[in-house]
Amino acid sequence: MAVRTLTIDGKPVSALEEQTVLDAARDAGIEIPTLCHLDGATDVGACRLCLVEVVGTNRLLPACVTRVAEGMQVVTTSERLREYRRMILELLFAERNHVCSVCVANGHCELQDLAIAQGMDHVRFDYLFPKHLVDVSHPRFGVDHNRCVLCTRCVRVCDEIEGAHTWDVAGRGSRATVITDMNVPWGSATSCTSCGKCVQACPTGAIFRRGSTVAEMDRDRTRLDFIVTAREKKQWIG
Amino acid sequence: MDRVRVATVWLGGCSGCHMSFLDLDEFLIDLAGMVDIVYSPIVDIKEFPENVDVTLVEGAVANEDNLEAIRAVRERTRILISFGDCAVTGNVTAMRNPFGDPASILQQVYVEAATIQGRVPDEEGIVPRLLPSVKPVHEVVPVDVFLPGCPPPAPRIRAALEQLLSTGHVTLEGRDIKFG
Repeated sequence: MAVRTLTIDGKPVSALEEQTVLDAARDAGIEIPTLCHLDGATDVGACRLCLVEVVGTNRLLPACVTRVAEGMQVVTTSERLREYRRMILELLFAERNHVCSVCVANGHCELQDLAIAQGMDHVRFDYLFPKHLVDVSHPRFGVDHNRCVLCTRCVRVCDEIEGAHTWDVAGRGSRATVITDMNVPWGSATSCTSCGKCVQACPTGAIFRRGSTVAEMDRDRTRLDFIVTAREKKQWIG
Repeated sequence: MDRVRVATVWLGGCSGCHMSFLDLDEFLIDLAGMVDIVYSPIVDIKEFPENVDVTLVEGAVANEDNLEAIRAVRERTRILISFGDCAVTGNVTAMRNPFGDPASILQQVYVEAATIQGRVPDEEGIVPRLLPSVKPVHEVVPVDVFLPGCPPPAPRIRAALEQLLSTGHVTLEGRDIKFG
């Protein structure tokens, strides 16, 4: 395992060659905001919240899917990045119907926390107010597409950790939605094992336990960490 | 220095922001020593006055009365504050938007869902006509300060007013800009 030396915000950092900029930064105690990243699931660079500047390229690169390289100079905070991160969040809020005041995840929402952290006190874009449905056909859980940010965490935990691949994404652009099985109501999706990993993984109030009311939907991510760590360390073998 | 002329306005909202304003409790007495409340749903003045220094606007722009009111308010106000989530984002008031045009929504609510005497209220000059869609205040007129929350908690309102009265500016950050 070769080691690479780079700088992040001027701080010298050494990282393993297969590590991403996000991993290297976190190991060095430098926090980069993320939304679609979930420990234990593959990174896909879907949300672009973790964009960073890399000296020598004009493009902003997503830290979660950018590998470290020798001599790389990474900048994680700048006025340009702050403006883009805030803009990404505003676009997410404008694209669906995120009404925090009546949301099950109010106060326990990663999108809400990111908006606070990036200083978003209002949205400068016109809201689209699309018509999206709520599916409560599953006996234990529900999905409110109005609150989905298409981070695909549910898709990845279901496929990679549970091994069921009930979730997927259908449609394109702002009409894209997460679906269960071949776009059947969740309650009819025969591949679903009702394990609830997608419920734990969802960063917003989009996937929730039925019966949760406003601000009640708190999550326990340690349940996912527990499984991922046990598999990595082969704790269940021998 | 002249006393600061403050107004509060209630558009398409539930009045929760005004209730939270009343939750300022004894600070209201301090506030009364510093400002004149020149217009508000809680005082008996009918016409929005000229030369208002600060106006707190609760609620989204949902109907023709709201639209007319917010334009007059903006014209006569120096510092306009979007007061609460309905004013800032549209919030609950705007939850009708995905359901389509006002006529079909009124039909669903007042006729199809009615158990007795289903009829759309349409008295000319009494019931204001709904706008095609509900908008947050800053999509209609320029807004100077955003004070989010559903409703904004009283300490947040107090922080904003104290900043404004002492420095002329408001900078809210951290949990003070949380929606919901």
